[in-house]
Order: sequence, then structure tokens, then C-alpha cells
Amino acid sequence: VPLHLTDQERAWLSGDASPALRRAMEIVAALAEIYGAERLIPVGSVQISGVSYRNLGAAGLDFLRRWADEGARVRVPTTLNPAAMDLRDWRAQGIAPDFAAKQQAVIDAFARMGVSGGSPTPTCTPYLIGNRPAPGTSVAWAESSAVSYANSVLGAHTNREGGPGAIAAALTGRTGAYGLHQPENRRVTLRVAVAQQPRTLADYSALGALVGQAARQGVPYVEGLSGAGDPLWPEKCKALGAAMAALGAVALYYVAGASPTPEAPPGPDVPRLDVDDLASGYALLNDDVARVDLVWVGCPHASLAEIARVAAALHGKRLRVPLWITCARPVKDAAVAQGLAAPIEAAGGRLFADACMAIAPVREMGFRAVATPSAKGAYYLRNLAGVKVRFAGLAQCVATATGETR
Amino acid sequence: MTRKEAGDRREGAPCTFEGRVIKAGTAEGAALVSPEPIGFLGGVDGETGVVTEQGHPLEGQCVAGRVLVFPTGKGSTVGSYVLYQLATLDRAPAAIVNAESEPIVAVGAIIGEIPMVDRVPIAEIHTGDRVRVAGARVTVWAEDLTTPA
Repeated sequence: VPLHLTDQERAWLSGDASPALRRAMEIVAALAEIYGAERLIPVGSVQISGVSYRNLGAAGLDFLRRWADEGARVRVPTTLNPAAMDLRDWRAQGIAPDFAAKQQAVIDAFARMGVSGGSPTPTCTPYLIGNRPAPGTSVAWAESSAVSYANSVLGAHTNREGGPGAIAAALTGRTGAYGLHQPENRRVTLRVAVAQQPRTLADYSALGALVGQAARQGVPYVEGLSGAGDPLWPEKCKALGAAMAALGAVALYYVAGASPTPEAPPGPDVPRLDVDDLASGYALLNDDVARVDLVWVGCPHASLAEIARVAAALHGKRLRVPLWITCARPVKDAAVAQGLAAPIEAAGGRLFADACMAIAPVREMGFRAVATPSAKGAYYLRNLAGVKVRFAGLAQCVATATGETR
Repeated sequence: MTRKEAGDRREGAPCTFEGRVIKAGTAEGAALVSPEPIGFLGGVDGETGVVTEQGHPLEGQCVAGRVLVFPTGKGSTVGSYVLYQLATLDRAPAAIVNAESEPIVAVGAIIGEIPMVDRVPIAEIHTGDRVRVAGARVTVWAEDLTTPA
């Protein structure tokens, strides 16, 4: 069945519209064709990826500027993925002024497109700063961990968009009706039985790494987790889903008894994975590291509750290795207002907004080995930033930073 | 494959295929055919258009101005911007013909304004053939445009 477009959509494609809108419509229609969609659907919001200048380079920046110059404007609420640096405190991160200017130029192009009402606050956790779709809403999100959260925790429907594809969806307010927008593609493909109950956020991250490796692009159904009543449950789901999406390409998972869209247990024909111990998840992401020179918390971006836990862990301690927390700017502002930043900074830690270390010029900033309680963070630090990694629980990471252990 | 091996069908009259338009446009050039997928980020130099992926069948060849024929794309989504960059530097392929398109190259062709068609039997096209892409139609002349007559 060929792709059917409405009169309005065809008009945009034929060039009656601005060049910016025509290009966006061409991208949306081409992706819909490629994936076999029969029609386009409206989207409630968009999350854009491809923000770091380190990844975009001169060509990406040039293209974004040109699109903005042509009059590209978002039609639906749109938020932006993290940048390579804190847009205000980049000097404290050791970012070179030349790089900072180019990163800011990327943000300015998105601001001109009307992202976040013209003043973008880059984050991989848009759902913590107000981009929080209602259950059943169709959205077009890039950023694999946010995609996982939208589908699995919020009960929205989104595919895993790429950078330009997400921008095109924001400019047209549409995406193709394919993939996870279709109920038949939201069915379970892997049953996961967890024997060892994960406790810490890092444990959930380790579990997610193992499930992601096994599930690949599928839809896992995880049994044996006691989510009900846990005040950190949203954070645990964030850690679990982010790791699944990094070590696999999981965009949707179910947790038995805790998912917004209750799923009947999968039938006997669905393959089964038994997770008996989480140590193998940690082992995936531990290099031979003699000395850690940065501890990074906040992949995905930390919530207020997570910052409070770090503040408690650092209380009265003195750091020998820098410990950086990354989060959305409104979350940082709230942490400062609630007095959570003070004990962290008193110990020698730092709270950075907007930034993600996985896409930062980490080696140029002088770091060679990084410890983090995030499997996703460790995976991308190793593979994108090119540094050695130690993936361990927060307590161990803090002990490393204070010099209690190496 | 030499002309002789390609068979009599390829002598004289051109072959025509109807594909699926990914980026509408018209272009003509000498075919550069890869039996393997191409990843533009890390696989093709963004300033020269030379294929740099080690061990790739097209390693060392330049895509600029050619009708680039390959099964499908691969690799990082940032590869779309490499195609855009090649287009701004006038080093992009004249057109792209795929067996089955995927999003990275498709988006790159759209933002780089490179005519692109997929669902074409690419095994029928050989490096050096003269190829014209016009909308969904791909016309192939079995000439050897790469070596002097």
C-alpha cells in the first residue's frame, strides 16, 4: 500500500510552502516510505538529538544554520538533547573557547527554530522538565534513553528517531505511522526472569545492560522486580531502560506489574532469558584501570532525588578526584534552591547543567579513565569518548573519588 | 566484469528500471558500483569524497560526480551530514541508486539535494556504465566511461 498524504501534506511537499518546510516534509515522507507507513500521524512533542558540536562538526552546524535561515520553525513542543558542555560553566569544565563558541552556535540555531520556546535547556531527560506526554500520545523522540522512558514508563508511543528526522517531525508536526506507532510491533519478544533482585540504581543499569544485549532490537518483558512503592522507581526505570537502549537497541520494555500499559505474560513460544547474577553486567564495562581521574554521575541526566543521594553520600567528605553530576538546568536550579548543591560543592564536587560527558571532548579535557554508576555512560565513554571506564555502584564511585579506594 | 562477460543484452540499447524516488531530481554520470553497503561517517572522507574504509571494495575511489550504486547504507546517523558536507563542497555523488534505502543515506540525499532512487536491481549496473537518474527512472548505457577508448 503506498503512502497516502493529505492535501496539506502534499502542498508542503510540492513547494507551495517555504524551502524549510518542504525539506522537512521530504524527510518525513521518505522515512515513512522506507518503513512502509501508509499515512502520517500528528505528534504531540519532539525530542531532538544531534546537538553536540563534537558529533555534528562544521557540516552539521552549517546545515542547522541554513535550515534556521530558511525559516524553519517547530510546530509542536520540542526539547533538545544535551550539549557537549554546560552552556554557562564550560570554562570550569576545561572546554576550549573555540569549541564553546561552535557549540553555542548549534544551540542558537535550534533557538531560532523555536525549540523550547526559543530558549533551549538541553537534556536527555525532557520528561523531568515538562516534556511529559500523556499515555497513548504519539510523539517523535530521538535520544534512545528518553525513547525508552516515553514508551515504557509514560506509555506514550515513539520510534527511535535520528537527528534530522526528529527535526523534520518537529517542523511538520508529523511522523510516519510505522514501527512502535503500530500495536503489532509493541508485542513482547523476550521474557526475562530476574533471580537476583537489583537494589541500587547501578544494579538496574547492570541488569539493563544484560537484557539489552540479549533483546537487541526486541521488546523485553521483565519479571521478578518489586517496583511498587519504591520512591526511586522512576529513576530505576530510567537506569534500566537507558542501559537496554545503549547495549541493545531496545525502545520499549515491560516490567511485570509495573508498566503503564499492562501486558499479559508472553506465551510459551517467546524466548526466555534468566538473569541469575548482576556481576556479569558490571563485568561488561570494566576496563583495567589503575587510576580514575573523573567520577561522572548523571547518565541519563540526574533527577533531584539522585542529586540528593549524591549529596548525602558526599556529606562531610573531601574529594581527591573530581566528581561531576550532569542534569537539566531546571533540575540544577532546584537542587541549588533546596540546598543540595552546597554539600556536593563543599566536598569538591560539581553540578553541571546541559552537558553530557559521553559526547564531550573528554580526552581533550584531560581525562583518561572515568568511573560511573551508569552502564550507558560507561559504554559511550569507552566507545565514543575513547577513555577507559569503571562501571560501579554510587558508593564505590564515591569511595574512588574520596580516595578510600582506588 | 568486462563488457564481454556482461553479455550481448548490454550492447547497444540502454536498460531502463523504474525505482522508488527517495529524493526527486535528474542527474547523469558514470556509475561507481559497490557490492557492499557504505557508511559515510568514518567510511568516506567528508572533504574529498574518497572512500576511506579499510578493506571496502571502493577503498581509495572517489564518489564525487559519480552515480553511486550500492545495496544500502550502514553506520552512524551522523553520516547524513557527511553527504550534506560533500554537496556543499561540490564533492557529492551526482546521484545515488540503492537496492533498499535506509534512513541515514536517505536523509543525507534529501538535505544534500542529491537525486536518489531505490528498489532498482543494482546487479544490472556496472562501474563505468553511463547512468541517468530522472525521478523514479534509471537508464543505464553499457559504456565504459572510466577508461579512455
